[in-house]
Amino acid sequence: MGRVVGPALAVTYLSLLVVLPLAALFSHAFSSGWSSFWNAVSQPEAVAALKLTLLSSLAVAAFNGVAGLVIAWVLVRDDFRGKSLVNAVIDLPFALPTIVAGLTLLTLYGPNSPFHLNVANTRWGILFALAFVTLPFSVRSVQPVLAELDRETEEAAASLGASSGRVLWRIILPSLAPAMLAGAGLAFARAVGEYGSVVLISGNLPFKTEVASSWIFSLSQSDALGAAAAVSVVLVLIALLVLLGIGLLRRRFDIPEAV
Amino acid sequence: MLTFPTLRTLPFRVHRTGAAVGALAVLGLVLSACGTSSSSSTTTTTASTSASAAATGSVNLVAYSTPKPTYAALINAFNATTSGSAVTFSQSYGASGSQATAVVNGLPADVVNLSLAPDMTKLVKAGIVSPKWSSTATKGMVTNSIVSFVVRPGNPKHITDWASLVQPGVQVITPNPFSSGGARWNLMAAYGAQLHLGKSEAQATAYLTDLLKHTAAQPSSASAALQSFLSGEGDVLLSYEDAALYAQKKGEPISIITPPQTILIQNPIAVPLKSTNPSAAKAFTDYLVSPAGQKIWGQQGYRPVLPAVAAQFKFPTPKTLFTIDSLGGWTKVSTDFFNPSTGVVAKIEQGLGVSTSHS
Repeated sequence: MGRVVGPALAVTYLSLLVVLPLAALFSHAFSSGWSSFWNAVSQPEAVAALKLTLLSSLAVAAFNGVAGLVIAWVLVRDDFRGKSLVNAVIDLPFALPTIVAGLTLLTLYGPNSPFHLNVANTRWGILFALAFVTLPFSVRSVQPVLAELDRETEEAAASLGASSGRVLWRIILPSLAPAMLAGAGLAFARAVGEYGSVVLISGNLPFKTEVASSWIFSLSQSDALGAAAAVSVVLVLIALLVLLGIGLLRRRFDIPEAV
Repeated sequence: MLTFPTLRTLPFRVHRTGAAVGALAVLGLVLSACGTSSSSSTTTTTASTSASAAATGSVNLVAYSTPKPTYAALINAFNATTSGSAVTFSQSYGASGSQATAVVNGLPADVVNLSLAPDMTKLVKAGIVSPKWSSTATKGMVTNSIVSFVVRPGNPKHITDWASLVQPGVQVITPNPFSSGGARWNLMAAYGAQLHLGKSEAQATAYLTDLLKHTAAQPSSASAALQSFLSGEGDVLLSYEDAALYAQKKGEPISIITPPQTILIQNPIAVPLKSTNPSAAKAFTDYLVSPAGQKIWGQQGYRPVLPAVAAQFKFPTPKTLFTIDSLGGWTKVSTDFFNPSTGVVAKIEQGLGVSTSHS
């Protein structure tokens, strides 16, 4: 009986929360026909916003992949005063409401920045905001795997004369690759849809710093819900393609799935 | 452990029957939802008050975000009157466009106060508000305001009129006109000011292009724009006068400059047709446009719609004050200027974007 109820519940839950809303979105996007879908999606402002979102999210996912590894390494392999505090603080971007994060970033990296670092209304501001909200994914996906890593292989390699660089490249990174890819995928997906933390510091300038989520919001507020759905569909499809791409990368390089 | 669960890694084998049962359950839910959605029950309550002047019951107030503190004072004052002593309120505040959408999607509302008429038109189109909502003594409006310039204390960049906004080195902050009603008032004030200065429509459109070129940021809402300005961005913020006065009262370091030509902002109010407490709702809206209620609005920085009450306050008088009707009315302006693909403003943004997207 349990073999039926479990999967039944899982499929029901997934359908209600994921599949049905996506299906409703697709149906709304095409409700006025293919030509109005194409109009909405090919509009110069939509294309610019989608391009900016996609490139920024890819850049941040890649950068945070490395940064997340470094931070996880320090947290797992090093010992220092305040380590548990740093460990707790990593999750802060998860806990902060995104609009509060946006206000904080504007205060720290805007015109009144105490570090005299003003990235407001620039694309750097977008990258800062996205890096901030996606960092926990990159760190937390690598940290437990790194902690479980069997040191024996590394020690054996070192005793055979391998430099620490070689050990890192040949032994540690391949073991961490599944987790890093998973973290990068999550970071990318989060960055693509991010709104609250980006919208303040970006300045929302059309064609320069307007991200896709902001353009979709503008469309929804201008009574152009069909167009908003259309651009959303493209965003979802692009995110899906990138995630599938990560899966293909995994197969190509024989990286096992993260467990 | 964060990972993407696949069917292979779920902690139990996916039994085909199980998955099928799940899918059937969802299908059943969807079909039953479709079946019942068409039979929406509308309970219309007949007005229960007879000759008695006192209204009772609860009133659902749905308003845009700016007047929230003012409504606290207004509701207190209303409860102190004989006609309003027994009325309780539940209140909802948010961006004007979002609030209108929420009411269209079923948010219960007995009194709706939005920041511009096109949002009320959304409710008329959905059959929630009567098309005759503006046939009242105050043309359906409860408060007025104007578009003002908000600058740094001491006005270091010497902003005095619309021409000074497009001087070299001046950075303007105005919300994004496609997501913010406030931004539309701002841009139509700019456009209309040019027309009233004797410029042609082409020259006024050219001014709008110049203004948008000088715009350093286009936050998604009027309150976000105020936040951006207060955090140090830009030299001048285009804003509702009442929002600027409220910020000044709270002690924010700003100066307010009244443009010589500006638009009259009119905020609409209506009692929806399907209100469950129309008598109390009407008593409250009557109070809001009565001299007593208008006086409280005036004290909070809103220009009263009753001329006699407005005269009691010393609001700055612009040389030329025009309304949206002199520019063709909101229905025409929304389509001509703010359609996201064909509007004048959209075309300006695209033109600016194509030429500056490589900068």
